[in-house]
Amino acid sequence: MEEKISIILFSGTVDKLLAAVTIASGAAAMQKKVQIFVTFYGLLAFRKDDWKTNRRLSKDFEDFATEALKAMEAKKVPNWLDTLKSAMEIGDVTVHACGLTMDLLAIKLEDLESVVSDIVGVGTFIENASGGQILFL
Amino acid sequence: MEGIKITKEVDARGSFCPGPLMEMIRLIRSANVGDVVAVISGDEGTKKDLPAWIKKAKHELIAEEPIEGGATRFICKKLH
Repeated sequence: MEEKISIILFSGTVDKLLAAVTIASGAAAMQKKVQIFVTFYGLLAFRKDDWKTNRRLSKDFEDFATEALKAMEAKKVPNWLDTLKSAMEIGDVTVHACGLTMDLLAIKLEDLESVVSDIVGVGTFIENASGGQILFL
Repeated sequence: MEGIKITKEVDARGSFCPGPLMEMIRLIRSANVGDVVAVISGDEGTKKDLPAWIKKAKHELIAEEPIEGGATRFICKKLH
């Protein structure tokens, strides 16, 4: 069976976004099929141009994450969206928006960054994830 | 590395995981079968990742040359 990893991206904080796209990059490089299901705060982070001003950090790791973010900016680590785009260039990585969040918050596909290919329900996500690993971030 | 001609090399020092690995994948994709390409990486994680990817992708790791300052030049031949 084809190896695959499905990531449920519930968080829209930069630390979690970076973790998600880095894992996606590694998985894509190692020839696994990757799907990222962006939902709630994760989906909000994919609104057009949101990445430019996003400095949100996980509350749980606030102290450390602030330091980490500063260090990453000083060392010019690429932003999470560029890292995701690189992963999509080198492997099979797709991003799907959660239909429920889109409906609740009246967001349209054209409001999101173009890396998001479509809107799916949770049933489709689960079906696509079937037989592979699922990560929740 | 006498006798081996590197057709393209990327110096990925200053780029972090997974950057150097992405550079190697891009290089291999743009190369012709039989070409030898190289990536220089200073990132510790990538030093394990690059050989692992080359093995997984079924290319040939010709050499890992240490470079002054703690970096490594990974030389890879595109096999298919």
